[in-house]
Amino acid sequence: MFSRAYRAAITVPPLVWVAVFLLVPYLLMFCYSFWSVSESGTIVRNWNLDNYHELLTKSVYWQTLLRSMWIAVRVMLFSLLLGYPLAYFLSFHAGKRKDLYYQLVIIPLWVSYLVRAYAWKTILGTDGVLNTLLQYVHLTSHPLDFLLYSPFAVVLTLTHIYTPFAFLPIYASLEHIPRNLVEASHDLGGTPAQTFWRVIVPLSVPGVLAGATFAFVLSLGDFLAPLLLGGPSGIMISNIVVSLFGAAYNWPLGAAISLCMLALVLGLIFFSERLEKKWSFR
Amino acid sequence: MSASSSDSPTKGSRWLTVHALAVFAFLYLPIAILILYSFNGPGVGGFPPRDLTLNWYRVLFNDGPIWDSVFNSLLVAFAAMLIALVFGIPAALALDRAEFPGKALFRRLVLLPLILPGIITGLSLLMLFRVADVKLSLFTIVLGHGTALISVATTEVFAGLQKLNRAQEEASLDLGATYWQTFWRVTVPNLKLSIIGAALLIFTLSMDEIAVSFFLIGRDNTLPLEIWGRLRRGITPEINAVSTIIFMFSLIAITVWYRLRTRAETPEIGAEFEETYQ
Repeated sequence: MFSRAYRAAITVPPLVWVAVFLLVPYLLMFCYSFWSVSESGTIVRNWNLDNYHELLTKSVYWQTLLRSMWIAVRVMLFSLLLGYPLAYFLSFHAGKRKDLYYQLVIIPLWVSYLVRAYAWKTILGTDGVLNTLLQYVHLTSHPLDFLLYSPFAVVLTLTHIYTPFAFLPIYASLEHIPRNLVEASHDLGGTPAQTFWRVIVPLSVPGVLAGATFAFVLSLGDFLAPLLLGGPSGIMISNIVVSLFGAAYNWPLGAAISLCMLALVLGLIFFSERLEKKWSFR
Repeated sequence: MSASSSDSPTKGSRWLTVHALAVFAFLYLPIAILILYSFNGPGVGGFPPRDLTLNWYRVLFNDGPIWDSVFNSLLVAFAAMLIALVFGIPAALALDRAEFPGKALFRRLVLLPLILPGIITGLSLLMLFRVADVKLSLFTIVLGHGTALISVATTEVFAGLQKLNRAQEEASLDLGATYWQTFWRVTVPNLKLSIIGAALLIFTLSMDEIAVSFFLIGRDNTLPLEIWGRLRRGITPEINAVSTIIFMFSLIAITVWYRLRTRAETPEIGAEFEETYQ
């Protein structure tokens, strides 16, 4: 029913925009990663593999990458541990207040990321709310200094930020479970525990996969929480990229690291999609 | 009925309630503390809060650079919203009703900024602007936000399109209206709620965005970058005060958005997340 001209009019402008501002920049990042910086600080387009060689041989890069992945894994696990039971509670036990609770999970998402990270900083600092509270009630005599500027602070803050992200797809998948399946399980003599583990959990796997991917990917690429709360031991891979694009001025090496991150992220999305498809066709 | 509505409260459901309360406490504690300490006389931190005062709000209202950055952020958010809608609405239409080579790739590219860490979007655009010799300014931030947020406009409008009855558009065309007239008089009015919802969401997300802006900033700061700069120099409850005000505005935006959402009965916000995975 739609004419050729109409289809061209709705297709071409977004296609061009996306090509110029998404596709070309990703390709540029790819090109940059094979270039180098001269002594005088200009970028030389002499195609080589030096950046990748440096990534593989200098331990600081892959050690930081591993540490970032470990932080991201912890954030993912904690977000699921907080998000799944909450989603289950809302979907199956909240009754009429479901919508209200749902809004309550969403609202923190609208509070600026930066502001929430900053709030944790004011809570965890040596003169922060938590330390002064502990001293006020005489639980400690001097401030605990491991709270701020540590991987702990980064994991805590990122878990706070990404728990709603993990919650949303899990909740959506739980809501899509036909309730008569649950009834059937009860009628056939399944205990609540059996119903949960054999009916509800398997059917919510796609949501869990999506939520886990979001929490992992977004925390892996984070550089603001580590800068604000991480201290030297909480440095993540993106912080290295930021410094390579800033003071350290080595864009090509920074591009190579970013590209590795991009590949890791895309691989993970692909993997989780495959897993999800396999699961839903069982 | 559900698994539990007929059950009397069991050990399991009590445990779930306690867990839910704990998660809500975890989600809201920092926000509550943030707001509380915006009224704290001596500064950020310290327990108990004391000498409650509006002084920090007074300081805030006399702070020129903050208000400049607020103005910049509003400008950026508005322009980014226009870009995202102007390209996101046709993109949703194209995904819904046109076949073209590379459609699958196009779909993935459009939605990618939704799941990619902001640093990758920001850096790749930074390289583009460097190669094209474009000077960094608020304009480059607008391009960055607009591009990243097309994904939001596309998913929202695409969800709306799934509910749209094509017969209306067909009737309009059969009765002699041009495509242009049909678009403005039939398609857009039917998608009104999705579009307004998308616009609100894009506006708020742009106001808060920092990871992409971080790399594309020129001389003028947006509000999050202005706050970021101050955080690095030391913290005062002035930041709490401005955050409290933004929070209040976000609350208003959410309420409006939610009202629209329930009226439109389009899928919940989770749709965006699921969409990426189809």
